[in-house]
Order: sequence, then C-alpha cells, then structure tokens
Amino acid sequence: MSEALPKPINTKAIKELLDINDGARIRTWLSICARCGLCAESCFFYLAKGKDPKLSPAYKVKATLNELYRRKGEVDRDFLQKCYNIIWGECTTCRRCSLFCPFGIDISVMIATVRGICNSQGIVPEGLAKTSENYRTTGNQMGMSTEDFIDTCQWMAEETAEEIRGLEIPIDKPGARLMYTVNAREPMYYPQDIAMAAKIFTVAEEDWTMPSTGWDDTNLAMFAGDRALGGQIVKNMYSKAMELGVQAIAITECGHAYRSAMFEGPYMLGIRSGKPPVPVIHSVRLFYEYLRDGRIKIDPDKMLEEPVTYQDPCNVSRNGGLWAEPREIMKYIAKDFRDMAPNGIYNHCCGGGGGFIPMGPEFKKRRMESGRIKAEQIRATGAKVVIAPCHNCFDQIRDLGKEYDLGIKVVSFKEIISEAMIIPEKFMPVETDDQESEE
Amino acid sequence: MNDFYEFLTGPALWAAFIIFIGGLVIRLVYLYSLSKERDRVLHNHASLKWSLRSIFHWLVPLGSVGWRSQPVFATAFFVFHVCLLGVPVFLLAHNTLWQEAFGVALPSLPDSVAEVGTVVLLVSALVLLARRIVRPEVRILSTAWDYTLLMLTCAPFVTGFLAYHQLGPYKLMMILHVLLAEILLVVIPFSKLGHIVLFFFSRISIGIEMGRRGARTW
Repeated sequence: MSEALPKPINTKAIKELLDINDGARIRTWLSICARCGLCAESCFFYLAKGKDPKLSPAYKVKATLNELYRRKGEVDRDFLQKCYNIIWGECTTCRRCSLFCPFGIDISVMIATVRGICNSQGIVPEGLAKTSENYRTTGNQMGMSTEDFIDTCQWMAEETAEEIRGLEIPIDKPGARLMYTVNAREPMYYPQDIAMAAKIFTVAEEDWTMPSTGWDDTNLAMFAGDRALGGQIVKNMYSKAMELGVQAIAITECGHAYRSAMFEGPYMLGIRSGKPPVPVIHSVRLFYEYLRDGRIKIDPDKMLEEPVTYQDPCNVSRNGGLWAEPREIMKYIAKDFRDMAPNGIYNHCCGGGGGFIPMGPEFKKRRMESGRIKAEQIRATGAKVVIAPCHNCFDQIRDLGKEYDLGIKVVSFKEIISEAMIIPEKFMPVETDDQESEE
Repeated sequence: MNDFYEFLTGPALWAAFIIFIGGLVIRLVYLYSLSKERDRVLHNHASLKWSLRSIFHWLVPLGSVGWRSQPVFATAFFVFHVCLLGVPVFLLAHNTLWQEAFGVALPSLPDSVAEVGTVVLLVSALVLLARRIVRPEVRILSTAWDYTLLMLTCAPFVTGFLAYHQLGPYKLMMILHVLLAEILLVVIPFSKLGHIVLFFFSRISIGIEMGRRGARTW
C-alpha cells in the first residue's frame, strides 16, 4: 500500500467509472448470477485455503463490484481497502472460474473493473504503483534507459557470437519479419535470455530485430487497473512495429505480455476493431513452427532425459489459446513428458499471475499458500524439470520448489532449445590460430 | 371469489403474459443496444460457431467439465429445469384453456406423467434448497431473495398439485395457483430469473470472448 497521506475518496470519479463499465455484460452478469456456488471449486485460492467460502469467485464479486453498484459508488476508504485485499490478494484474474460457470460469467473482467476503481483512488499495491511510474518515465517496468538496453543487447551479441558464428542482435532493423520484444526482467537480470533467443533466431535464419523503444512487452498497468497507461504501453510497441514495418511482433516467453499485446491491449488503447494493428506471435508458437518446419533441429542426444512437466501459463493457454503447441514442442525436446492434471485450458494458475509477483513481499505469504495447489500438481507428476514459458510462473514455481521442497528445476523453452539444438556447420565458430595451437 | 377468479384468468392473465414477454424483450433489446458501444468485444469478434458451442455444451446434461465436476447438483438442476418448463407447457388442463380461448393448443402430456413431473420437480427443488443451505460456499452467497425466488417458482406447482387432487379448499387453491403463477411470470423479467433468456446472452458473451482466443468454455 502506498504510504501517502490518505486523500478523501472521490466518489464522483468512482461513479464515472461505474457508469463507463455498466455495459450489457456486467449488467447481465451481476443480475443473473444464480448464486449456485459452482465456481468455488474452480478457484485455487478456495481450494488451497481450506475451502473458505469467502474465496469463491462469486463471493469476491458480491463483496466488491456488486456492493459498489448497490451503493452507487458511495463508499469509503475502508471499503476500498477491503476490496484491495480481495481483488489483488485473492484473485489473479486467471479466468478459470468462467469455464465452470453455467452462465459463463466473466469474473476476471469484473475484478479488473474493481482494480480500476481502486486505482483511481490511489489504492494499489506498491509494487505495481512503482512499475507504473517506471512505465511512464521510461516506457518499461524496470525503469531501464534506452542506452542500457542497447548496451545489454550488444554485450549479449558479442558474448554469444563466440558460440554461434555470425550471431547479431539487430536493433531497429527496418522491414525485418519479426520484431522481438522482451520482458524488462531479461535485459535487467537475465540477459542470457536474450542471448538464447538470439541463438535460436540465428540458427533458424530468422529475419528479426529488437526495437530500441517499445521493447518491454509486459503490461503491469493492465493488472494495476490503469487502462490509460496500459493502452499507452501497447501503443509504444505497436507504433514501433509499424514504424519499422515488421510483419509481426514476437513476444518473449511471458504470459501476460501476450494477453496484453494480443487481446486486451487493443481495448485498453481504444482501437475500435479490437484487433492489434500488427500481428502478434508468442514464442511458444514461434518455436513450435521452427521445429515443425525443420528450421531448428534438436540433437537427440541432448533431449531431456529426466521427467519433465509443463506449466500452462493462464495467459498462454486459457487466455491465449496456445496449449497444443507447447505439447508438440515437448515431443522434440523431452523423452519423459508428464502432463499435470488438470492441464491446458483447465490448468490452475501457479499463484504468481495477475500482478502477484511484482506486488512484492507484502503478498509473498499468500502467494506461497495459494500456490500449494500448483505445488501438489507438480509433485504428483514426479517431474524434475518444469518448463514454464512465462516469467511470473517461472518465479512463482521456483519459489514453490523451495517452499514445498519439490526438488525441481524451472526452465524456459528457449533455454532447453538453445542448448539442445543442432548448430549447423556454417554457424560453428571459426577456430582461431590460438585455439588450434592449444590443442 | 368467483369474480376475482374471473379477473385473474382474464385481464390479469393477459397483463402477466404481456409483462413477462414484453419485459424480457425490452430487457434484451436494451442490453443489445447498450452492448454496441460498451461491449465492443461481442461485436468485434462475433462468432456463430463459438456462440452455439458455448450454449450447447451447457444445455446438454453433463456436457461440460463444470457439470461433470458436480454430477449430483447437475442432475438435480437438469431435472428441475426440464420439469419446470415441461409440465406447465404440456399440461392437459392448460392446453384445454388454450384450445377454448384460441382454438389451438400444444400436444398434451397424460395427467399421470405431469403428476410425476410435478413431484420430481418439487423433490429436485428440495435438493437445490438443501444444497443452498448445507454447502457453505452456496449459503454465503444466498440472500433472502434467492430463497424467495426458489419458493415462488415452486408455489404454482404445489398449489396446482393440491387443486388437482382437490386437497384443501379447491376454489382458494385455484386462485392461489393462478395468482402465484402470474406473480412468477411478472417477476421473471426483473430478477435473476431473467436468465430464461439472458442465459443465452451470457453464454454467447463468454463463447465469443474465449473463442477469439481459441479456447473452449465447457
């Protein structure tokens, strides 16, 4: 929570937001919910915390958005604090409940609406507020400068070129087929992720570039309930892609970045057609195509031997429609693949989604408690490796591994593929005289 | 009492049907027009295929993961709805009235079948009621209005059953039967019972929202 002095609640602003969102769907959902409670069992918060009835999705809406409309926005700070606790601390907007509701009521949209209302009053988790500030000043959630970003890419290109001949990380190359965007964590803390992607692109002989602006495809403003900023974030990315004239925007192995760029972004930005101006492709789909088309070949001797399971990120599988592709990739890279149950579009959220990871230490305890369902799912597979093509899933599952002593390693697809792929002769590094004389 | 009965089965019945049908139509038309600006997603990504699949799988018994996850509730729920619609629409006594008034009527069920249907409906309603009270996650959501609506829905069946068997004062039973049924019809468009048509709107909405992502909703 922000420590700023509490300002009086602006009920006029709340009323305006309630009115804007008072569309046909929300109206219908709020009025027809039959209070059957069928959604409860679908929610991992409910399942993980002793089936507390207050954690059923329907109750979370009843206690927040329903109340806001019933009181016509005349609420006080205490009420919004209570909402804060529910909408950020007890829901990751994973949308699993909508698949179990006989009416198909979309709880996640309603929770997101309440997030917007709380945000309008400055009531927002501190971790998310900080990223919003960074997006505003630098265009990325980590507050990284353009110079630092480009330096990092160049550094990675130089290092990796020793392994793969001719490897480059082009910046702002006009007319490239793909504009590859990343999660700001990558240049900041995991630059090797960029190197891995560069290796794969080089070997696949992809015509790609990274942009100097709009390169952070994350959109935590979407989870903070700041739609205007969320729109600005995707706009940075879309306009750079249009400026460069690329054929598609490729998204790194990050779940919510895909949900934002592909599905929610156009609406936050107010694009009337609801479609992104440039096609968007997720890494999982891209890597699958490389393998399918033989652009990347895996060395059978380097396939994963130990049992492997796959974490379906909610925003890749259920909210992104990409659950078949990763399983196809598994056939190329893993000898012993074991799916979790449930999986695919019915997967449980890992507990790190919806902004939970960047929400920071204040929410860590709950994150570990609610993650119990995922930990048990992973344990039941007996897997030693968990592949998670999402940064938030990655962090959460790594934390769960420690908390629940799962004895697992969490990896991304690009790590496995870049290590196991066959490097064709022409990309083999040229051995220098020095190395030859050493031999 | 006879005058009141005449009123109930005359002008009041007309009024009830007009409010019932008119209310639902107005509600649907209003929501549709509202959706054009505020629910762009429905219009931008409209898909007949995803809409129909989203509806179909939830209309079929155990046709969705949601239904299969709670088979007892799902069964009670289906039986309840089938009897709720089937008995009054195909009841011989009702169809006789249609025949007298308009000269046309739907085919009718034998009285014995309608009777079984009524009893089954009341039993399944009791299961739903018990579930509402017993299960904490349902109880916490339930308001007095939810209980009222369930009872109001069953009331015409109880009174109809008693009247048919001439249990209790017949005339009073008939008056209560018609009156409660009319109240129910009038309440439907203005309550959660509006799901009689809004179920389809809501299922289409989620079908489109998830369909544009290529994900199923059942």
